[in-house]
Amino acid sequence: MELVFKRPECLIDVPFHFCPGCHHGIAHRLVAEAIDHFKIREKTIGVASVGCSVFMYDYFNIDVVEAPHGRASAVASGVKRARKDSIVFTIQGDGDLGAIGIAEGIHTANRGENITLIFANNGIYGMTGGQMAPTTLLGQKTTTSPYGRDFTYDGYPIRMAEMMATLEGSAFVARVAVNNPANLMKAKKAVRKAFQMQVEEMGFSFVEILMSCPTNWGLSSLEANRRVEEEMIPYFPLGTLKERKMADYL
Amino acid sequence: MSQNIEKILVRGNEAVAMGAIDAGCLLFFGYPITPQNEIPEYLSKHLPPLGGEFIQAESEIASINLLLGASATGARAMSSSSSPGISLMQEGLSYMAGSELPVVIVNISRSGPGLGGISASQGDYFQATRGGGHGDYRMIVLAPSTVQEMYNLTCLAFDLADKYRNPAMVLGDALIGQMKEPLTRQKAEKMDLPPKDWALTGARGRKPNKIKSLYLQEGELTEHNWKLYQKYERMKKEEVRFEMVNAEDARLIIVAFGSMARVSKTAMEMAREEGMKVGLFRPITLFPYPEKGLYDISKQVKQFLTVELNTGQMVEDVKLSVDRDAEVHFYGKPPGALPPPEEILEQIRKYYR
Repeated sequence: MELVFKRPECLIDVPFHFCPGCHHGIAHRLVAEAIDHFKIREKTIGVASVGCSVFMYDYFNIDVVEAPHGRASAVASGVKRARKDSIVFTIQGDGDLGAIGIAEGIHTANRGENITLIFANNGIYGMTGGQMAPTTLLGQKTTTSPYGRDFTYDGYPIRMAEMMATLEGSAFVARVAVNNPANLMKAKKAVRKAFQMQVEEMGFSFVEILMSCPTNWGLSSLEANRRVEEEMIPYFPLGTLKERKMADYL
Repeated sequence: MSQNIEKILVRGNEAVAMGAIDAGCLLFFGYPITPQNEIPEYLSKHLPPLGGEFIQAESEIASINLLLGASATGARAMSSSSSPGISLMQEGLSYMAGSELPVVIVNISRSGPGLGGISASQGDYFQATRGGGHGDYRMIVLAPSTVQEMYNLTCLAFDLADKYRNPAMVLGDALIGQMKEPLTRQKAEKMDLPPKDWALTGARGRKPNKIKSLYLQEGELTEHNWKLYQKYERMKKEEVRFEMVNAEDARLIIVAFGSMARVSKTAMEMAREEGMKVGLFRPITLFPYPEKGLYDISKQVKQFLTVELNTGQMVEDVKLSVDRDAEVHFYGKPPGALPPPEEILEQIRKYYR
């Protein structure tokens, strides 16, 4: 019988620690599939960021270095500069990239570092227990915005993909979701494209994945999927924002 | 003879940059700050032709994390800064101590606290020798007092970092960084170093390597901290370096490091001319501190004068090191004016018996 679906070679056969319904595991799988697709597992180096994403090294069958909170893209840049032939990627959460590490993220993109950054945007601090994130939607209640996010106090949710796309250094910028099969297929394509850009040395590639956090949103898995569709996507529109056709130094 | 070895007149900061290149460091990440700018300036010019990488990062926080990433691949890499920038690097240093990454950081220290000023100071002694960042860790700290030593100790810092898989700091100051002296640019013999089988090179034909400082399983972190402790103890046994001048017949010994050791040496010579038997003890490694060297000499000399360009930091280590009946005096100056040797001579007269 033909095997039509299997665990990517790049993922270790252990259960994820992620909460039921969390999209993090899907993001891991998409990355692993892309690495398998390009047969680059043995030259890929991952950078684990702080947050629910930190246990990357327990799931990916690749070399991994753990970065301080917010610094994953700087660490990834350092790895890449030291080993130009390696494929380097990181998965950063919204707190990691949108708040504490926004400077490192922007300047990594602006330098056009030939790395892949997967931005896990679930609009909340997952690992620390559901505090307000830079991408928390207006009106959204979290443990540190108990009355709902109010722009007069907390400012507005940051659209990272749009910001990254404005920078000359970025080569590929897309925002995707994985809340239903149709979106998932587009996400898979975008993540693969991001790695392809790196393999082809086109420069910095960025994929923002809208994710659910059922536990900290206080919703069931299905309700959380619906919330991505009804509340997140209207504010964070999906699509490819930028795709460079030729490396800019050509 | 040594005649065919070239002597060049260079600034202390340039000597650091040359030492890094000669030690095989081809990766540098930094952010501008006075008084260390000659280091990134020199390397931004000389690394690219050698196939190296120079990044002027957006901050010292980015610099230290670029360094973390580069060193995780097993490559030799360096960053330099000055006091306020070194403060920003403390987070990264703590992570690299925890992740056991060998890197070299140069602090051409200036004065603080806060923005302080750009004059020389030794106010970063505590920060350098006590870890600086969070957690129970130590860093190798080397204190050059000449331009030649800026070169030699930078080279040595790379070897020691690799030997122990630990960050190593070269702690200079504005004075030694900015002054010019003759330098013999001669590569030291490289130490016999352990293989970097931990480095991230891609998991080809082996299990994945992980570099991390997070340990959540029961007992793991305790074990990790004990392992680090054993490493620091080994440094204390094997890496202590100091210079002792005129100690044999001394009745008073000045203890000073870096730029203050230079001024103290002149003061010692002036005291000798007046017939006072004065010696100098100059720690070269600030961590590991030469406790035993000080203790041994304090068996025969009972007067110690610690001279620092701060209001009293290393003096605590001197007190902890010497025999209990030895007297430890202190003469220090906050940042601003460097004390002339006459001032130190006056102190010698005060305590000399």
